Amino acid sequence: MSENDQQKTNDVSRRQFLNYTLMGVGGFLVAGTITPMLRFAIDPVLKVDEETDMVAIGDISKYGPEPTREDFQFPVKDGWAEYELPQTAWISVFENDKGEREVLALSPICKHLGCTVQWDTHEDYPEHFYCPCHDGLYTKDGINVPGTPPTAPLDVYQYKVDDKGTLYLGKAVPREEL
Amino acid sequence: MLQKLYDWVDERLDITPMWRDIADHEVPEHVNPAHHFSAFVYCFGGLTFFIVVIQFLSGMFLTMYYVPDIVNAHASVMYLQNEVAFGAIVRGMHHWGASVVIVLMFLHTLRVFFTGAYKKPRELNWVVGVLLFLVILGLGFTGYLLPWDMKAYFATSVGVEIAASIPVIGGLAEDLLTGGTILGAETLTRFFAIHVFFLPAALMALLAAHFIMIRRQGISGPL
Ligand code: HEM
Ligand code: FES
Repeated sequence: MSENDQQKTNDVSRRQFLNYTLMGVGGFLVAGTITPMLRFAIDPVLKVDEETDMVAIGDISKYGPEPTREDFQFPVKDGWAEYELPQTAWISVFENDKGEREVLALSPICKHLGCTVQWDTHEDYPEHFYCPCHDGLYTKDGINVPGTPPTAPLDVYQYKVDDKGTLYLGKAVPREEL
Repeated sequence: MLQKLYDWVDERLDITPMWRDIADHEVPEHVNPAHHFSAFVYCFGGLTFFIVVIQFLSGMFLTMYYVPDIVNAHASVMYLQNEVAFGAIVRGMHHWGASVVIVLMFLHTLRVFFTGAYKKPRELNWVVGVLLFLVILGLGFTGYLLPWDMKAYFATSVGVEIAASIPVIGGLAEDLLTGGTILGAETLTRFFAIHVFFLPAALMALLAAHFIMIRRQGISGPL
């Protein structure tokens, strides 16, 4: 059989066939080994956040229109570790335009780069939340003051008030999501 | 596409001789199972290496979740096994691979022994092989403590007692292994360090020596 006849009867040469089979089997072995490990490694990205409970903070009657600092413990499940994470909320309760009672529990975590803001502590900026890291400012209702570094209003804690008037706080979420 | 990329690099860096030197050499007929089926015994060395690679990879990924601490070690293993996707598989690869690697290594040693491949000029590679054997047994011993459950604890306790029974230096060996007066926190961190840093480094160095010698001397002749 000449070179030419061979070509006609089988388009795939012996060498090519062996190459493809070996690469196929090799690729399968490598993929089978690596895929579980990669999925294992990126699991934190793909995990859905668990629903968190709300924790009781205190009686709603003790809060007024002036932001009040409240420190509390939030139970977290952090991988294999379960513990209480200290949290702070600046809570104010006031009547809105429609005469309804409204609760605002602000997270103190600056929306610029994550430092901690305080209410009414800087003498130049009374009645404001002030961030010492880069002079970020927010108004009393947590709205960022234009011209200062933060680009969004402070996060707000999800809340509920039961029929006995006890205030519960949940997770802090950005405003748009409330 | 890939071929083009390869050619582009090869044209500039001349990489073909590099991989040819490592990968492109003839397999002698007497070690090729396609010629004599019984030649499959020559595969055990390569298979041992394959499992060692899997141990390295799976072990590296396990350390993403594992903590070597007496309070958290067991909880972290349970977490990575039951709550992280594919955890049972990745831990399973490492767990079963640890046994398979020892079985294959033993079969490889038997092949070398019964084909007389340890004889001149390959005596040094036999010595390196024995060191590899010890290092891999050491990895098995130190890794076994890490899940920090009852089996791990008492297996290590037995191992340490055996070391302690060595005449003269037994007490020293015991203290060195436990890192303190009891088998506890300091034992776990020490075993972890040995398991994931010291012995893997030694294993890589010895494997390199093993393979360089094989390339130098070639595979031993037929019986
Ligand atoms: C030939 C090499 C190796 C052998 C024989 C080996 C053996 C073992 C054994 C027997 C265990 C206990 C597993 C169990 O009971 O489930 C273990 C656990 C462990 N090994 Fe290795 N190992 C090797 C290489 C490595 C390497 C290179 C690393 C990391 C760089 C590593 C990291 C770990 C970790 C983090 C654990 C604890 C997690 C667990 O117990 O599932 N191992 N190893
Ligand atoms: S972090 Fe608050 S202003 Fe930059």
